[in-house]
Amino acid sequence: MRERVASGTTRRTGVADLERKARILRCHIIRMLCTAGSGHPGGALSSADIVAALFFRHLKHHPSEPDWPDRDRFILSKGHSAPLLYAALAECGYFPVAELKTLRKINSRLQGHPHMRKTPGVEASTGSLGQGLSIGCGMALGARLNKRKYRVHVLLGDGELQEGQIWEAAMFASHYRLSNLVAIVDLNRLQVDGPTNRVMSLDPLPDKWKAFGWRCIIINGHDMRQILSTLAEAEQEHKRPVVILAETVKGKGVSFMENQVDWHGRVPNAEETARALDELSGTRS
Amino acid sequence: MTGSVKSTRDAYGEALVEVGAENEDVVVLDADVSKATKTDGFARAFPERFFNCGCAEQNMMGIAAGLALTGKVPFVSTFAVFASCRALDQVRNTIAYPKLNVKIAATHAGITMGADGPSHQSIEDIAIMKAIPNMTVIVPADAVETGKVVRTAAASDGPFYIRLGRVAVPSVTDVNQPFHVGRGVLMQRGGDVTIVACGIMTVAALEAARSLGHKRIRATVIHLPTVKPLDEELIILSAQETGAMVVAEEHTVIGGLGSDIARLLGRHIPVPFEQVGIMDTFAESGEPWELMEKYRLTSEEIVRAVEKVIERKKRGLTPGYRSG
Repeated sequence: MRERVASGTTRRTGVADLERKARILRCHIIRMLCTAGSGHPGGALSSADIVAALFFRHLKHHPSEPDWPDRDRFILSKGHSAPLLYAALAECGYFPVAELKTLRKINSRLQGHPHMRKTPGVEASTGSLGQGLSIGCGMALGARLNKRKYRVHVLLGDGELQEGQIWEAAMFASHYRLSNLVAIVDLNRLQVDGPTNRVMSLDPLPDKWKAFGWRCIIINGHDMRQILSTLAEAEQEHKRPVVILAETVKGKGVSFMENQVDWHGRVPNAEETARALDELSGTRS
Repeated sequence: MTGSVKSTRDAYGEALVEVGAENEDVVVLDADVSKATKTDGFARAFPERFFNCGCAEQNMMGIAAGLALTGKVPFVSTFAVFASCRALDQVRNTIAYPKLNVKIAATHAGITMGADGPSHQSIEDIAIMKAIPNMTVIVPADAVETGKVVRTAAASDGPFYIRLGRVAVPSVTDVNQPFHVGRGVLMQRGGDVTIVACGIMTVAALEAARSLGHKRIRATVIHLPTVKPLDEELIILSAQETGAMVVAEEHTVIGGLGSDIARLLGRHIPVPFEQVGIMDTFAESGEPWELMEKYRLTSEEIVRAVEKVIERKKRGLTPGYRSG
């Protein structure tokens, strides 16, 4: 049997490399959204470090064989961050990087929200908020029934946690002891209409997850070492599902987008794009 | 009337155990109504493949999607009103859009669900499910056909909505006739009018045809277990042969089987046409057969509709339009 090696790069991709990858993903996001003319930069930028850690280091997957049965699964429940997922998939080699500029255009494989039937590497169709965790529960259950070792990761937005279905899925996951399931919450504390705690309060969030039977770990969602060590720690949990509350900054990496609620669903013009890319490429910090 | 009397939900429960024995990938999900939907038989036979999701239909649809993505063949059951309305976004976006192999077997459809009242009586589920791309919609007439439908669904790829009833109905379909998705069943042939029906109304259509026979009106009766995709050829050919058509369904007349057939006839052969169904109203609590009488889902109502279309056919009249 062929030996399987992990990920689009290697299992040993270092922290500095991953941080560089995250910057590359952020640059793709900015360019894609500028070209597309519509979309959601804020939440894609806030979860770029998490996605970089997953796709370029933690997940076991083979871009040349997207249907490999033992691959780890990743579901982007916050489907409006699609540009981030597409950028990661392209950088891994699931499809050409050049295709990223077709985002949201007619006849493109890159729909406004992820669609598994169009884009190689997309595991589930998402976009209507609150539905990805249920799909992840089903996949985790399927892994157990099929006696497969793969793990399932679901990336959730914090505003998305206001959907009741999330908590239905949270109950299900702990009831059926889905310890092969990891939920990661991009806790950037902003949603379309304003701060989450002004629109619809989520606190006390850790207590909520714990009360639903989950192991809850709070991290800095931009600290690559912490992201990696927490994903590894989650693998050691064998009794219950794990939720990682990743505290992030919406719009992270672009100074004028950081913590600005308007950049949830507004795209940069040419001048703003140039400034953003300038900052992200490291000439300014 | 030949054949045994049994509800389609009972037949579903029995068929599930059979397909479960044949195919280890079959899994069953229910939302705390397994005794009513009859998935409890499967739960007893294969407890490791039965997952109660509690009163959480939306999550249940997502779980089914996830299981389908791992190669499982999930049958998902709850009452039709919850499958089609409560969990509609989940059915649309996580199951139908990516065309996942999920079988939604929804019971207690129509007003024959009875005394629980309109909150639990699904009268628009055919319209809703039929409108979703990629969805196959099946409304079996009886227990015999339900067994065949369940076996076919388990062996077919893609999302299915199977509409099942609560009350016992006589079996009128032929045990030996195979079920094919998208193919209607010519129950009997006559030259004067075509009656098309699905589900529980197929029995009423056959009764109506007998009554019409006493009045020397010969009716073709077509049972359409597959509401989507529609057996267009069978309907058009029969319309050509009889020149008049009545459609009967235990569903609102808006958007159901009758609507699709009217659309088809309008395009190809606009013969005199009438619908028997629920007239854009919520019903009420009551015994199933009382409700069928009060809301005019009876063989007598089909006979009246047939007489109307035959009158129009004879005179070459289009139906007069009265506003209001």
